[in-house]
Amino acid sequence: MSSKDLAISIRGISKAYTLVHNGLKSPSFREVVVDRLKHPFRKRETETFWALKDVSFDIKRGEVVGIIGRNGAGKSTLLKILSRIVEPTSGEAHLFGRVGSLLEVGTGFHQELTGRENIFLNGAILGMRREEISKQFDAIVDFAEVERFLDTPVKRYSSGMYVRLAFAVAAHLNPEILIVDEVLAVGDAQFQKKCMGKMGDVAKSGRTVLFVSHNMSAVEQLCNRIVWLSEGQLHCDSYAIETVAREYLFGGDGHDNTFWTAAEGEKGSEYFDLRRIAFESEDGSPLPRAVPNDQPMYLVIEGDVETLDSSLLIGYTVVNADGQTVYWSVHTDAGEDHAPPMTVGRNTLRTRIPSRFLNEGTYTIEVTACLHQRLWILEPGKSGPSITFSIAGGLSDSAYWYEHRAALTAPILRWESLTAEMADNRNRDRKF
Amino acid sequence: MQIVTDKATAAPEPLLIIKRPGVWSPFALGEIWSYRDLLWALAVRDVKLRYRQTALGVVWVVLQPLLAAGIMSFVFGIIANLPSDGLPYFLLSYTGMLGWQAFNGTLSKAGQCIVGNSQLVSKVYFPRLILPLSTVLSTLLDFVVGFALLLVLMGIYNVRPQASLLLLPVLLLFLIALAVGVGLWLSALMVTYRDLQYVIPYFTQLLMYASPVALTVSAVPTRFRVFFFLNPLTGLLEAFRWAIVGRGTVSGIAIAYSVVVTVLAFILGAFAFKRMERSFADVI
Repeated sequence: MSSKDLAISIRGISKAYTLVHNGLKSPSFREVVVDRLKHPFRKRETETFWALKDVSFDIKRGEVVGIIGRNGAGKSTLLKILSRIVEPTSGEAHLFGRVGSLLEVGTGFHQELTGRENIFLNGAILGMRREEISKQFDAIVDFAEVERFLDTPVKRYSSGMYVRLAFAVAAHLNPEILIVDEVLAVGDAQFQKKCMGKMGDVAKSGRTVLFVSHNMSAVEQLCNRIVWLSEGQLHCDSYAIETVAREYLFGGDGHDNTFWTAAEGEKGSEYFDLRRIAFESEDGSPLPRAVPNDQPMYLVIEGDVETLDSSLLIGYTVVNADGQTVYWSVHTDAGEDHAPPMTVGRNTLRTRIPSRFLNEGTYTIEVTACLHQRLWILEPGKSGPSITFSIAGGLSDSAYWYEHRAALTAPILRWESLTAEMADNRNRDRKF
Repeated sequence: MQIVTDKATAAPEPLLIIKRPGVWSPFALGEIWSYRDLLWALAVRDVKLRYRQTALGVVWVVLQPLLAAGIMSFVFGIIANLPSDGLPYFLLSYTGMLGWQAFNGTLSKAGQCIVGNSQLVSKVYFPRLILPLSTVLSTLLDFVVGFALLLVLMGIYNVRPQASLLLLPVLLLFLIALAVGVGLWLSALMVTYRDLQYVIPYFTQLLMYASPVALTVSAVPTRFRVFFFLNPLTGLLEAFRWAIVGRGTVSGIAIAYSVVVTVLAFILGAFAFKRMERSFADVI
């Protein structure tokens, strides 16, 4: 990545809030004074809450970054820091371009003012110059579809009109970096589609967009990168939108999902109807979400076959947190003669996940199924059923390398020493 | 790691670096200038909102000081029979009210401005100083209307404007600067202590009676005058009236004192605001 393409560089941003426990919830001036006089030497009991802790990442120009995370994960705090509404407790953010941020639809709109007046007021609040607003005025009115009500106070607007107008002003801000908080949660489906289209246009014109949403389909549709915050820290930063979005939806953030079972009554393909995926130890007991790399791990795939087809291939992919597929295994890999036979009815397949091969990190296992070269039953990367597990520790027996390696995988391979004589013989062999 | 640092040095300068500033960071005056359209838009909003859906509309701008001056003249001029330096008492009260309202209007609006715009403060970035500054513009508009009425009144009472009238803008500037200085401090404090909303009107009402608004300094017994002049408004308001009608008890020392207090209040208020504005969005 060339540094010229940098749009935002976030370097170790932290934000602490101090929670005061002194019995006074929201003190008035009098209460504070009285309290100080009563207890002049008492130290107030405080607790520091880190809304963000040491978050660092770079965003390239033209990237559309979806920021996801549970409530209280620090998403809004991060956007507020980047929008300069609050300042970080420590760390820096470098912004290479004009920032326009939309943390709420209709901030600064006033009920008593007309649509026209609100366009100019809201534009100014968002940092637009008057000439810019005048130039964009027709486009804004057009987008919001409120021409007839321009000189009506917005308090008489329907909520839909109100939201459309508010978004329209912000959408025509034309900043180099656009920061948008969960604003698509409002408005009807048609409006949301329109907003998505507009944001897509912004992204296509090469500008950088940061977009917070709980709506994974919106994130998948719009973003080409996903940043997942969890408890104020960077949980995952990836270009594999679908994988991460799915992991997020399936509760990979602190929830156990090392097994998956099909819903009762839900029926899949007649060739292979996946019923269960499980991540187990050798004796069939379920494994915890995080396992050391030297522990035996087994994947169990269970499914029903109604119509037996000889070209049926069952397999799985292992995708890391960056969205890279680490490997893809198919049940016939060892040769058709050695493959477990499939039968009509319930089939339970078990395969060993190689120990001491994966790197430290979180992985998603996705089951694949197809009729070879004819039909995808479960296609990888298409939001099919998946499970998630993590490798933590046990990467080697050496005292030096037991943590994450700067590599895709971390296999433990055999090393041997050649004597000088053996090396000589080999060299001679190669010559002739 | 070395590669990363090389990249960083080769990178173009960022447009903006966000970090925790030091305690004494400079005022970004250039930035305030670049937000001048917002300053204007907020002032226009305030003026429009004040009189929208009111039956009398702009008439209120005129009616308020007229009614106030009327009742003051009745109480101080007729009942208390205070000296008026040879002026019609109503004109005396009105000029006093005109100066007082420039001060009081700015102070009360500036004091409220951060809490009153908490929605904006917590959701949008702009230099926070824009909010108190925008209140000045609507006060100035009121002043222009009030001043036009003053000229009419002077015509009615047959009082000629003096050359000293040219000093009026300077005195007005100081009155407003004093109000903004105190207002900045109060507005920042009010973010944490909402009680100030109720304290300020009460306090300003007391202050009005301790200032030469509906009375002149000559009505104050000599032995109390020193205390009366301790109020920095006394010098400014007395000079304000003198500039319009050419009468009043103005001394160079009193003016100098008021000017020094005003400048100090403005600078201290601005720095207090600057220090506290960083946490507005966290607290509000």
